Amino acid sequence: MDTSTKNVSLEDLQKIVGEEHAREAAEEDAVDGVAPSFVAEPGSTEEISELMKLAGEQGLTAAPRGSGTKTPLGNPPRELDLILSTTRMNEVIEHTPGDQVVRVQAGLKLEDLQEQLAGADQMLGIDPPEARAGATVGGIVAANSSGPRRYSYGTIRDLIIGITVVLPDGTVAKAGGKVVKNVAGYDLSKLFTGSLGTLGVIATCNFRLHPRPEAARTVAVELDSTLSAGQAAQAITGAQLVPSALELHWSEDQKLLTILIEGIPPGVEAQAETASYLLKGFGEVRTLSDEEAEHLGPLDPPGSGADGDDEEVAIKIAAPPAELTGVLDSTLGAAERRGVSPSITGHAGIGVTYAAFSGGDEEALVQVVEELREIWVRRGGSVVVRKAPLGVKQRLEAWGPAGDYLGLLRRVKDKFDPGGNLNPGRFVGGI
Amino acid sequence: MEREQLIGTMESILGTEGVVHEREQLRSYECDGLMNYRVIPDLVVLPETAEHVQQIVRTCYEAGIPFVARGSGTGLSGGALPVESGVLIVLSRMRKILEVDIPNQRIVVEPGVVNIWVSQEVADEGYYYAPDPASQVVSSIGGNLAENSGGVHCLKYGFTTNHVMGAEVVLADGSVVHIGGGKAPDAPGYELLGTFVGSEGTLGIATKITLRLLRTPEAVRTLLAAFKDTEEAGGAVSGIIGGGIVPAAIEMMDALCIEAVETAVHPGFPEAGAILIVELDGPEAEVANQFDEVIKVCEENNASEIKVAEDDAERALFWKGRKAAFAAMGRIANDYYVQDAVVPRTELGAVLKRISELGEEYGMRVANVFHAGDGNLHPLVLYNNDNPGEAEKAEELAADIVFACLDHGGSLTGEHGIGVDKKKFMPKMFTDEDMATMQLLRCAFDPHGLCNPGKIFPTPRLCGERPGPFHMHPIQRAGLAENF
Repeated sequence: MDTSTKNVSLEDLQKIVGEEHAREAAEEDAVDGVAPSFVAEPGSTEEISELMKLAGEQGLTAAPRGSGTKTPLGNPPRELDLILSTTRMNEVIEHTPGDQVVRVQAGLKLEDLQEQLAGADQMLGIDPPEARAGATVGGIVAANSSGPRRYSYGTIRDLIIGITVVLPDGTVAKAGGKVVKNVAGYDLSKLFTGSLGTLGVIATCNFRLHPRPEAARTVAVELDSTLSAGQAAQAITGAQLVPSALELHWSEDQKLLTILIEGIPPGVEAQAETASYLLKGFGEVRTLSDEEAEHLGPLDPPGSGADGDDEEVAIKIAAPPAELTGVLDSTLGAAERRGVSPSITGHAGIGVTYAAFSGGDEEALVQVVEELREIWVRRGGSVVVRKAPLGVKQRLEAWGPAGDYLGLLRRVKDKFDPGGNLNPGRFVGGI
Repeated sequence: MEREQLIGTMESILGTEGVVHEREQLRSYECDGLMNYRVIPDLVVLPETAEHVQQIVRTCYEAGIPFVARGSGTGLSGGALPVESGVLIVLSRMRKILEVDIPNQRIVVEPGVVNIWVSQEVADEGYYYAPDPASQVVSSIGGNLAENSGGVHCLKYGFTTNHVMGAEVVLADGSVVHIGGGKAPDAPGYELLGTFVGSEGTLGIATKITLRLLRTPEAVRTLLAAFKDTEEAGGAVSGIIGGGIVPAAIEMMDALCIEAVETAVHPGFPEAGAILIVELDGPEAEVANQFDEVIKVCEENNASEIKVAEDDAERALFWKGRKAAFAAMGRIANDYYVQDAVVPRTELGAVLKRISELGEEYGMRVANVFHAGDGNLHPLVLYNNDNPGEAEKAEELAADIVFACLDHGGSLTGEHGIGVDKKKFMPKMFTDEDMATMQLLRCAFDPHGLCNPGKIFPTPRLCGERPGPFHMHPIQRAGLAENF
């Protein structure tokens, strides 16, 4: 590695962010075994800009980081000098309840935001499981994280209405605004959604909000086969119900499809009744107690949160939603043939299935992922590795093939980050 | 490339019937729905397949000729305004519905397919396509995609961008990419699709589009409420939304607008200072309960009359009145200028007051019809083109209205787009850095600036150095851009 241009000392960083907000990196700051030199915590958009300018001039490679809950995502970086932590930028800038819009700094934790919004009976309609581990809104945007309620509220790209970013040369640019309906200029907030810190640093985000539902109920059906899982999900998606979430939980002990219904009490009651009626042909139907629902439906994807198993490989399979049975069969089959044990959850109505595999050797784990990727990419979907031990990661591309638009992705990256300083190598196609 | 040679090449791709080059015929393409800008294109081509589009674009690329895509030509910001010495690619012959996939709730269409056809195609299956711009009986899906069209129901269901799941796109160099997962969600990579939708035809041409279908709601209920003025109607809007209700639509019209609409299409609107149309949809039990709540809120805000649509026919009549609002202005004025701007909902009252003050200052009438739920205003400035200088004055007033919206934290446009019409105002909303950053994206998609040049940005830029001897780019020569 050429370090001759990297004449940056800790003091240089401290000059920008203050002495107590820059430090030498510690062991836990490493990303997939690649250890950075420094961690800096800017307190403002201007400080991010100063840091980026310095990094750009000195050829420092940098990785933006919120709470670090998504650090396992993506390929190992080619190199990494500086972690740019947004955790000090944790303020709500503006919340006008009557507009159902909020402007926040990127380092604000989603849970803290939701708590503040709850005071006005509002919420941001996103519920990624890593929120419980402290995920920040900027991190959620950068990693395009989602949860069960995407069934009704969409993903973060459907909720973000404005953004301020800092480019690798220090340029501060904004797009969108603080109104929900807005078609002025290119929608850069969408471009930065899911860009995993490879185009710039997200400094602030504006979101549209939704009213908090008054009541909720979770109806669950016990499934006896992968076929009934697919059919039960179709029975719900094809009905005139408007559930908030439709979740699959599939393990040795428990095979459930859960339907989360939210709204006003009479509406919830009537919909729950209809859902029960629609599902009773597929297995035993029951309404979950609040406590059970909290633990079971909607469910955490395996491999998420702080208590995940370090040795397991967690993937996300994206497939056409009507092919749920096929996704389950292929996953269970691939796992069985390689002697690894799977656990599966999924957003059944959306076409997103999470699987985690453990118990086999590295070769077996790699083969399972490769087999599933071969099937689901061919069928128009994708298989993304969300988390894996380093040995597995080094043998598997995290994202799989990008298709005919890879060249375009590269051109976008080259325009925004011509020096290749931001998160090099972690994104799709080695971007 | 000489014009004759270009015509020959295009005819070899499309046949003679697919190429328009007679000046008189070209004239019918000189503008879109925004008629105060007119440019006669050099050539109009009418492709029938994605391959045609690809061959046309490649021909243009190799010859360095700018091109503009056009759907049904209903856009209101001049997004499909032709470029002089450029090619206009009209997609209205590409109107096949390619695939209906009910289990996955998707439909795949060509760009020239008219918006309303999508819902008609799947109505028997109990599905529909949610975005419903007022132009939906004419406007094309490709055009909707380019403009990120809204509609009266986008408060609850979102805009075109929330309903497009995938697109086959011909880029400016003639290459083809498939962006967005289509049937599967979460395609790896940057969110190119969300960035492409609403880029006003400047990043490429969509030749195949996958849309999300929604299940038709179990119940729909619509009411019309009359108020003394827009302030009281605005109070009702705040009350409804503040009560946690997300209506499918909530539209407001002021007295002048009501008068025009009543004269034009006789929807039976009461005489009032303002009316609201509120529509709820969803599961029966929820709708019934919330509908009572809406009625209560309207009453609390002194509604003088509340009419509940008794059946689909009456609901259709309410909407006919609303959707005819623009056209109806012809009944009370010779000419009118349509504005499109957005303010945060809580600023509606202040902005409406400012609009009425501006109208008085200019001595001109302004009718207001708007999507009250999302603060998207459509002030209509009435004037008479026969009076010298009035058209210019109307345009100035319309501009001042937009600036007032920006002052209140709003946006230049909610759904009509920037196009050529508002590019000069972009610096009032965005800094040079903001716009330069947006144009990085343009440079990644279309480094030579051939695809719909001269739109959105006040000073479009070409990207990067080009090897070899210097040739002035045709777009530079036309004064449409400077070097980057």
